[in-house]
Amino acid sequence: MRLTCPFCGSRGVEEFTYRGDATVRRPAGDAGAAAWVDYVYLRDNPAGPHQELWYHGAGCRSWLVVTRDTRTHLISDVRAARAVAQAEREEGAV
Amino acid sequence: MQTDRYSLFALLREAMRGNTGWKPAWRKAAPAPAYDYVIVGGGGHGLATAYYLARRYGGQRIAVVEKGWIGGGNVGRNTTIVRSNYLLPGNEPFYECAMKLWEGLEQDINYNAMVSQRGVLNLFHNDAQRGAYIRRGNAMRLHGVDAELLDAQAVREKVPFLNFDDARFPIRGGLLQRRGGTVRHDAVAWGYARAADRLGVDIIENCEVTGIRIEGGRAMGVETTRGFIGAGKLGLACAGNSSRVAAMAGLRLPIESHVLQAFVSEGIKPFIDCVVTFGAGHFYISQSDKGGLVFGGDIDGYNSYAQRGNLPVIEDVCEGGMALMPRIGRVRLLRHWGGIMDMSMDGSPIIDHTPVQGLYLNAGWCYGGFKATPASGLCFAHLLARDEPHPVATAYRLDRFARGAVIDEKGMGAQPNLH
Repeated sequence: MRLTCPFCGSRGVEEFTYRGDATVRRPAGDAGAAAWVDYVYLRDNPAGPHQELWYHGAGCRSWLVVTRDTRTHLISDVRAARAVAQAEREEGAV
Repeated sequence: MQTDRYSLFALLREAMRGNTGWKPAWRKAAPAPAYDYVIVGGGGHGLATAYYLARRYGGQRIAVVEKGWIGGGNVGRNTTIVRSNYLLPGNEPFYECAMKLWEGLEQDINYNAMVSQRGVLNLFHNDAQRGAYIRRGNAMRLHGVDAELLDAQAVREKVPFLNFDDARFPIRGGLLQRRGGTVRHDAVAWGYARAADRLGVDIIENCEVTGIRIEGGRAMGVETTRGFIGAGKLGLACAGNSSRVAAMAGLRLPIESHVLQAFVSEGIKPFIDCVVTFGAGHFYISQSDKGGLVFGGDIDGYNSYAQRGNLPVIEDVCEGGMALMPRIGRVRLLRHWGGIMDMSMDGSPIIDHTPVQGLYLNAGWCYGGFKATPASGLCFAHLLARDEPHPVATAYRLDRFARGAVIDEKGMGAQPNLH
């Protein structure tokens, strides 16, 4: 499996570290136990396209949001996590 | 119901008549409209559950539905190791229950599962690990389980071919459980299937669950590729795919599915007569009766349902093997494969009710499901029949994450940094 880092190009997966589901969002500090349990422990764990965080530790040390099919390991999209977060913030501001 | 038992007499009789009298080990059952118990998943755990339900809890009208064929999933994809060398009080009695069931399994189900108590040896390489293994061994002995601490000399006498004087990871000793060993994994699936079938359980292969019918907060049965099957009680034992099936009932689980690879070498002469695990990396190895070295290591580490992994982990596993026993370096790899693991968030399993009435869950086995097979079946059968957890499985609750009562045996799980 190879990931195409937006900064470094196509690199072997051994350069990256996996951090799991990229769609979970940290709840507010006073959100209550149920929201925190959900955030820390529960996952959709889909069989199909999965948005996930990878860290390019042996490269540019960027956090990436990768869309990968968990049934085939085919990667359809790689974006910098920073860009994804910025887009999300702008969407929230509108 | 117990007819055509396998025995020396049956073997002689069939030898005399040209092996024409053997019957299929289990019927190809077609689904009935409804059952008292429906188990989703015809792997080791599902079949064992059906068997113990029928055998020990007087369950009747039981069906096991399997999307593929018996023996095609994780029960045929593991490294066949059985052991009960756990530390925590929530785990050790459960795995010892499994070990005792393994010891009597072949007589119980009348099937040669090649149970071989050849010993499991966990090596340590420094003082801190020695301390941890002394503690683990003592915890095991307090639960009445055998554990022996070997020093370097004793390990040398038992397995002389290891890399003892490695500059980085010298072998200082090991914790040995002599009652641990290996069991022929396919035979476990076939044996439980046959034994359950003899007790009237319908084993329905090529029957994939596509939905769970819920009415008034209660599970009524499963929609399948072979039609609706009604269930008095519905048990899910489909580790690897637990999240997908539970999602059909609207549940989200504390589980990620990950791929674990395993390996077999070409057959060589008898070489390793026990199971050896490396303490400085993740590597475990034994030798099958055919002579192949059976070994494995870590999960690949990313969500996957693909049943195949990637090369960096193969390299990592082989490096572990070379660090431990350099003499296997010239042995050629024959096969390797991947299985899909339910990685629960604390590395421990779940055998519990769910918020949906009549729906029960057996999941989260991480990469330790095979050794647990008999006890998992027994405890899940107990839960299904009695509606209360079996005494050795009271810690495996689904709500333990919310209660902060996680079972942190090794700091494993999908993401070790969660605890």
